[in-house]
Amino acid sequence: MIFNVIRKELKSMFASPMGWVILALLMFGLGFIYLSGIDSYFAEMSGSIRPAERIGATQAIGQKLFSTTIILLLFAVPLLSMRLISEERRNLTLPFLFSAPISILDIVLGKFFGMVIFLSALVIYIIMMMFSLLPWVDVDVGYIWSNAFGLILLIGAFSSAGLYFSSLTKQPVVAAVICFLSLLALFLLDWIFAGSPGMWSNLSITSRYKSFTAGLIDTGDIAYFLLFMITFVTLTIRRLDADRLRG
Amino acid sequence: MSDFTVEAIELTRLYGDRAAVSDVSFNLAKGQVLGFLGPNGAGKSTTMKMLTGNLAPSLGSVKICGIDMIENPKEAKALIGYLPEMRPLYKEFTVDEYLTIAARLHNVNSKHIKQAVEVAKERCGLGHMSKRLIENLSNGYQQRVGIAQAIIHSPMVVILDEPTVGLDPNQIRPIRDLIKQIGQDHSVILSTHILPEVELMCNHVQIIDQGKLVFNGDIGRLKEFRASNQLLVGLKNTPELAELRGIKGVADVALSDEGKVLITIDPNTEPQEDIVKAAVKNKWGLYQIAPTQTSLEDVFAQLTHQDVAEASEA
Repeated sequence: MIFNVIRKELKSMFASPMGWVILALLMFGLGFIYLSGIDSYFAEMSGSIRPAERIGATQAIGQKLFSTTIILLLFAVPLLSMRLISEERRNLTLPFLFSAPISILDIVLGKFFGMVIFLSALVIYIIMMMFSLLPWVDVDVGYIWSNAFGLILLIGAFSSAGLYFSSLTKQPVVAAVICFLSLLALFLLDWIFAGSPGMWSNLSITSRYKSFTAGLIDTGDIAYFLLFMITFVTLTIRRLDADRLRG
Repeated sequence: MSDFTVEAIELTRLYGDRAAVSDVSFNLAKGQVLGFLGPNGAGKSTTMKMLTGNLAPSLGSVKICGIDMIENPKEAKALIGYLPEMRPLYKEFTVDEYLTIAARLHNVNSKHIKQAVEVAKERCGLGHMSKRLIENLSNGYQQRVGIAQAIIHSPMVVILDEPTVGLDPNQIRPIRDLIKQIGQDHSVILSTHILPEVELMCNHVQIIDQGKLVFNGDIGRLKEFRASNQLLVGLKNTPELAELRGIKGVADVALSDEGKVLITIDPNTEPQEDIVKAAVKNKWGLYQIAPTQTSLEDVFAQLTHQDVAEASEA
């Protein structure tokens, strides 16, 4: 049943120019960073003679690519997720889903996974770019997988927040703004509380994501992202359920 | 196991202290077309939302073919097709795409989806619109798409909130026929504010006012309300009114505005034949004799204002 909702969501994302434009822009941006990564790798490595200064190509290029993606997603996710529920609210299409024999959980999870799958196109694109180095470079495959895994979790976390903010309002733009500000706040926590490890910097999404970009898969980080998603998906379900109960 | 397709049991919906719908109970059997009437804000749409599980009732319950909407919402919703007042169309899709999504969400077996879409399109006269974006369709065609999505899974109960809004007279007729046709093997509930439409399509009528059911019965009973005890008689050579008064069964005679004669008859008598005989004999020049009818609007106004508590089962 969730599967049918996912199909519907993907179809509607690909039916609007918005999805294509954002996807194209992101791919352009990532491609650009990838190329400049290769360029600067050659520049830097030709200057470093001692072995200790030399780092692998995978890491030099990959790190740039993956850590920039988070900033791109910060803008892209609110723009994509804003439509998920608020547009249905505005166009009064929610009764279509509510009167179908599917539960609210199905609806919310379907929308959530639809969004994650849509953005996974980006992850696949990045992985393909990194693997295109294969003929010339001894690519560190494990490093790429850990980054890709982290990126998917990050997309999931951002999407779940976007989904929730989209359920709060009838105005997609308002949803996008609230979502962007909240994600930015999470993003900046690390920066504001830099140097004072504690609760606040533990909540920061960037520091959690950083261990993945270093090639480290930590169950603590996975738990953080999963809890993040579960929280916002649950809040969304509650919000939609309130529609039915309070009218 | 009950024979009713829809059972509404003491449905009540409160918004704060205000009851939008209070204590509405009714049953609907297979093959019935129920017309739901009421002034604006009477609670028609609220009731329909509760019947379809879009809104939780504050009190009371809904059963669809014996399945409780609150306990087993998925099973109950699978038996319903619903067209809300504002049609829920995804305008970025084509008609085919939209109906396919509707079929999938309503658990139509994937082998039969194509067929279901074709049948729904044909029934709603949408065949030649398959590849058009819903956004570009006219108001009437969009309404047809709305109806098509409500019947695509051939549900036991079809609930239509103002289905003929926005349709021109030529389009309304096929839709009316369609609704009648659906009503033959399923149950239909429809709300409308066009009163003659109820007489044309429904065999069961409910009138709701200020959240309360003020009339519940079959269409015949509503017609009884309309029957009056007056005759409008057109005579070319109008005689003295006293002459007419003399006919047996005539209670009162008056002249109408257009110069016709308005005859009030005694209850349970039928003086029509005597009037005609007298007219022929005396050469009054009879050219019209017809019972005056209270219009449905009058009945409606009477019911919704005088709060006639009628809640019997038919």
